[in-house]
Amino acid sequence: MATIRTKKALLPIAALSVLTLALSACGGGAADDSEGGGNEPAADCAAYDTYGTFEDTEVSVYATIVDTEAELLENSWADFSECTGVEVVYEGSKEFETQIGVRSQAGNPPDIAIFPQPGLLAAEVAGGNVLPAPSEVEALVDENWSEDWKGYGTVDDVFYGAPMLANIKGYVWYDPAVFTEMGWEIPETLDEMMTLTEDIAADGTMKPWCAGFESGEATGWPGTDWVEDYVLRQAGPEVYDQWVNHEIPFNDPQIAEAFDSVGEILKSEEFVNGGIGDVRSILSTPFADAGQPVLDGTCAMHHQASFQAANWPEGTTVAEDGDVWAFMTPGVEAGSSAVTGGGEIIGAYADRPEVVAFQTFMASGEFANARVSQGSGISANLALDPSVATSDLDRQSIELLQSEDTVFRFDASDLMPGAVGANSFWSGIVEWINGTETEEVLDTIEGTWPQ
Amino acid sequence: MSSTPTIPPIPASPGPADSPAVAQPPITRRVKQRLTSRGATIAAIIIAIVWTIPTLGLLISSFRPEENIQRNGWWNVLSDFEFTLDNYADVLVSGGSQSPNLGQYFVNSLAIVIPATLIPLVIAAMAAYMFAWGKFRGKDTMFVFIFALQIIPLQMALIPLLKLFVNLQIGDFQLLPSGSYAQLWIAHTIFALPLAIFLLHNFIAEIPGEVIEAARVDGAGHATIFWRIIIPLSVPALASYGIFQFLWVWNDLLVALVFSGGTGDVAPITQRLAELTGTRGGEWHRLTAGAFVSMIVPLLVFFGLQRYFVRGLLAGGLKG
Repeated sequence: MATIRTKKALLPIAALSVLTLALSACGGGAADDSEGGGNEPAADCAAYDTYGTFEDTEVSVYATIVDTEAELLENSWADFSECTGVEVVYEGSKEFETQIGVRSQAGNPPDIAIFPQPGLLAAEVAGGNVLPAPSEVEALVDENWSEDWKGYGTVDDVFYGAPMLANIKGYVWYDPAVFTEMGWEIPETLDEMMTLTEDIAADGTMKPWCAGFESGEATGWPGTDWVEDYVLRQAGPEVYDQWVNHEIPFNDPQIAEAFDSVGEILKSEEFVNGGIGDVRSILSTPFADAGQPVLDGTCAMHHQASFQAANWPEGTTVAEDGDVWAFMTPGVEAGSSAVTGGGEIIGAYADRPEVVAFQTFMASGEFANARVSQGSGISANLALDPSVATSDLDRQSIELLQSEDTVFRFDASDLMPGAVGANSFWSGIVEWINGTETEEVLDTIEGTWPQ
Repeated sequence: MSSTPTIPPIPASPGPADSPAVAQPPITRRVKQRLTSRGATIAAIIIAIVWTIPTLGLLISSFRPEENIQRNGWWNVLSDFEFTLDNYADVLVSGGSQSPNLGQYFVNSLAIVIPATLIPLVIAAMAAYMFAWGKFRGKDTMFVFIFALQIIPLQMALIPLLKLFVNLQIGDFQLLPSGSYAQLWIAHTIFALPLAIFLLHNFIAEIPGEVIEAARVDGAGHATIFWRIIIPLSVPALASYGIFQFLWVWNDLLVALVFSGGTGDVAPITQRLAELTGTRGGEWHRLTAGAFVSMIVPLLVFFGLQRYFVRGLLAGGLKG
């Protein structure tokens, strides 16, 4: 009986603490809201005259972007909202990929959806739900984006939506102080990168690479980024396009070569996995944590996209002379600038005037500048002024995206059919790291390509 | 163990329902003896400890600084002795429209879960009574049909149901606007009913017929019998099913994803938890704290009502 009595005594205390928690949370939220409303500076509305005014209208926006980054996004259209009277109701969900299909099938889609992959946009277009982009948007995209980028919003020669933000993959993160101290040079070619890897391993102070592919059900995707970078650099953009469109089989020798080159690094006990464990530990290390050993000085290099900047612990300086910095995975020859990356496409399910106005705004330079100036985001919009970027890395990335010499290719796994790009390619990488031979893995992936 | 923990009689229940406490059938006694042996106790304690370790790890992690969580596991806490309330502060009181703000979602969860537990419970109790003691044509067929509905996975019904909600309008007026509690209450009720009716029917059908006949002789109608006899006698079953339904709705993510819309107006805490790690999953130190905040209510419900829970679960089995 004693136990029951203690429980009875504990109950009110526990209930009270819950109540306090809930109340304090509500109080905090409310106070913040009112502050935000009161201190906002009046926006200069002249720039937004072109969109017109739509009092008491609402546009619902649905996307994969949540949390801090969602807030930055909301801030970037706050002025638009205030000047045009369009209230933007934003909803971010990490279940976007499945939920967008459910909602559009049930006849309950958002007005605007921000697709993280061109393949998903194409699937929704095939469902007959996404509307072709209004002419204002197409005109802006023709003016402000390269052909390649416009292509990512195009399905069967019909243009559906403007790109929003971008990210660049293939950065190799390192600690500049360590590199200076040890006398290591930033490699200019893939061969030099391999030589550097061997030198670091031979030196013995630390392992050259650390990597982590764990990402829940998407485990393996950081590995596809490695392979894509190598395919684009070794075999060239034409082969890359053929590979994505399945004009060459997945188990083509040129793809196998990229796999093998990556394998020379990732499947070698000597070269990985600094500060973490053996080769297999790549699969169990969360991708967001895998870079930590670079800061600890137990690993020299970490291959990850530009967004890795947000994965470093708070207080880490990302700068050429800071705690960490990154160089782009080099090409076969020095000076070549082929990069892979990703971005979002804005599609619309409604064509009310306020939705069109919002869509047009999102394709404009004003949006790009407003968003990028808040940090941790870049865009390939040519109307974007690189100097508004808040970090050197962002500035450098924007210049790279805007440069005419850059050969940009969208992340291959995002373009391939879902059965491959978001499934067998990922699981193939997992098996491959686990020791399965390249040939066998590629044959398996090829077999899953939808006919 | 001087006094064997007997099940206390239900205050409101007259006569026969008390019988299990008075005379224990031999099987029960043998089971009890076997379960109270020293070996079984040790085994139970070991199992309990092993099962609690992950929760302990979660609890410890929720008080560790972000950096330490990302660098090593919670078991390093002894060598890496450092605690902070930052994670809780982050999920509970951070400002901004898109930051965690769990408090708001916590309230949403309560607003969803209470009606979504009570509504199916009331309907199911009435339905179960009529199926057990009512007399109407096609009763058995209907009962089998309802029982069979359980095998239909709710995933199959999500899109049609959402379609129905969207099309349910008079002129331009939407009866159930998207992102309202009502959609969630109705959806949860629909998905809960088959099992609820089945479980409660089994319990209510076990109530001795003499009690109900006696009431009828005294002139009681269906309503009186239901409220004055069935409900008081079925408290353990109602409570145990209520707990099941409460926990299921509280922990539900799928139904909420489809029917709530993800804004802070309606979305429950589970939906917020799923986004806590940020766009690229890097912020997962918050999950530990967020998980604990969302666990408090189910724990309270469970500890507060567990005696009903056990009794309700045993009720069907022992009488059978």
